[in-house]
Amino acid sequence: MASKNYLSGLFGPSPVAPLQSHMTLVDECVTKLIALFECMAKGDTEAVEKVYHEIAALEQKADDQKHLLREHLPRGLFMPIERQDLLDALRIQDLLANRARDIAGIVVGRQMQFPEQANERAIELVKATVETCHQALRVVNELDELVETGFRGRAVQVVEEMLVKLDNLESETDRIQVELRTDLFAVERDLYAVDVMFMYRIIESIAEIADDAERVGRRFQLMLAK
Amino acid sequence: MDYGTTYLILAVIFGLFMAWGIGANDVANAMATSVGSKAITIKQAILIAAVFEFAGAILAGGQVTSTIRKGIIDVSSLGATPEVLVFGMLAALLAAGTWLLVASHMGWPVSTTHSIVGSIVGFAIVGIGMDAVQWGKVATIVMSWVSSPLLAAVLSFLIFRSVQKLILETDKPLENAKKYVPIYIFFVGFILAMVTMVKGLKHIGLDIKGMDAIYIAITIGVVVMFLGKVLISRLKFEMNEDISFHYTNVEKIFSVLMLLTACAMAFAHGSNDVANAIGPLAAVVSIVDTGELSQKSPLPLWILLVGGAGIVLGLAMYGRKVIETVGTKITELTPSRGFCCEVSAATTVVLASGIGLPISTTHTLVGAVLGVGMARGVSAINLSIVRGIFMSWIITLPIGAGLAIIFFFILKNIFT
Repeated sequence: MASKNYLSGLFGPSPVAPLQSHMTLVDECVTKLIALFECMAKGDTEAVEKVYHEIAALEQKADDQKHLLREHLPRGLFMPIERQDLLDALRIQDLLANRARDIAGIVVGRQMQFPEQANERAIELVKATVETCHQALRVVNELDELVETGFRGRAVQVVEEMLVKLDNLESETDRIQVELRTDLFAVERDLYAVDVMFMYRIIESIAEIADDAERVGRRFQLMLAK
Repeated sequence: MDYGTTYLILAVIFGLFMAWGIGANDVANAMATSVGSKAITIKQAILIAAVFEFAGAILAGGQVTSTIRKGIIDVSSLGATPEVLVFGMLAALLAAGTWLLVASHMGWPVSTTHSIVGSIVGFAIVGIGMDAVQWGKVATIVMSWVSSPLLAAVLSFLIFRSVQKLILETDKPLENAKKYVPIYIFFVGFILAMVTMVKGLKHIGLDIKGMDAIYIAITIGVVVMFLGKVLISRLKFEMNEDISFHYTNVEKIFSVLMLLTACAMAFAHGSNDVANAIGPLAAVVSIVDTGELSQKSPLPLWILLVGGAGIVLGLAMYGRKVIETVGTKITELTPSRGFCCEVSAATTVVLASGIGLPISTTHTLVGAVLGVGMARGVSAINLSIVRGIFMSWIITLPIGAGLAIIFFFILKNIFT
């Protein structure tokens, strides 16, 4: 008698899992920056190029997933989180991967090489940034727990603690960034000016990744506040 | 009456067909929430549905049946031509059945209840006259189609918020779940037993009134509560999962209790929806038996049995497939949510059954899901379905009425 049933159509596709898997990809992509900088420090151009391609591939994958998720959010969907907040979080997450690819692109394209005095600190900055990104991923991964409790109680507390830690991690990257700039400033006179320009630009981009990771967390704060 | 036996046989066939359709189709919606959250297997669902649909139909189905049978039309003007009502009721059954066949084939959110009420009203307007329709009663029924999903939504919102407050939000959700969930179970058992006793049991010759009813309802509530406690105590929890603050264990508790709420849902559904099939049948039977328009004659038990049997038959023959399809598609609803939805939907439907209001179980369930959604409990609800339901309200009544009118004249021409 029946061939279709409307009750089963009542439940829309949950945006939670796709958002999380997108962030997982983004995190993986950003994490590759550590390998990139380590290879760069060793002067291994071949390895640098290989890592660049990995980053580009991951960024592409994240991009595809972003489009997929957007398509899966029809207008008539009623969700515990605002559609706008969700799309914003997605956009910022995607921005992280884009920045990582841009950095890798500059490093490969200009055959970048940080001066020896700054190398170690540069890697330190990248690692701290990746750590911020990891923390953002952890926050995103709490989303299913938040949905489970209906955005109340313990899970909210847990996420709020995570957000505080995310802030701290981001401040740490700011501190390292200042030090790195000082290091670079000390030796920049002996370097080729255009290269130095791009070094500052890369530092700026890395700092922006950390900033955006924090913004992902901020979006969550907005979701909680509703 | 000339064709008395023929009318009777036709009425039983149509009534059975309708009940069969309800069992094959409608029951799936009542059971799907439990199946979807993996609380029970499909086999269990069918078994539970068979037993409790039947019980609901017989123990608490009488009130709505009498509304369908004699609450909608005022037959006093018919006088010497009781056949008109026979044709009308047969036409109403055929019309509602046909429309449901088409609607469920297309996947439209049409309700059995709305179809049958629309059909009866339709034939009454044309076959007897505008004045024959008890508009006041019809208005009450139509109002209840709006208010029952609303009530279910408010109830499920409140129940879910209380589940949040008492269990999910706390530091020890597992312990609190063990502590509080049996109380919800008591509440369900109590309400169901109470409504059944106050309103339903007269039809099977039992009349329990006043304090006795309350005592018995409390007893039943306590029994069900202990049943729930036993089920919970038999659960094995993986404690290491608890450390990272996961809700797997809590969901396990709710999942077990959905076994009980599934029974409640089936009972509620049986108590309300069986009337759609057997209300018209009962009307025909009483005319054929007495040869006149007796509005007083009681509802014979065998008619309730026919309805119950039809539902179980449809369920056994076809319901499995439908439950499977619906159940596998609503996995988004975790046991704690499904529990809140079923508790509030079952309560609402049984209350309506008690008052004798024919409402749609599925629409009530949809209302309950929305209520949980309002409390930020469901990750995504497709509102286009809700729009579709509103559309179906507007469309089903005239179409049911129109079809009933057509069938009415066909039957009238055949037999006179």
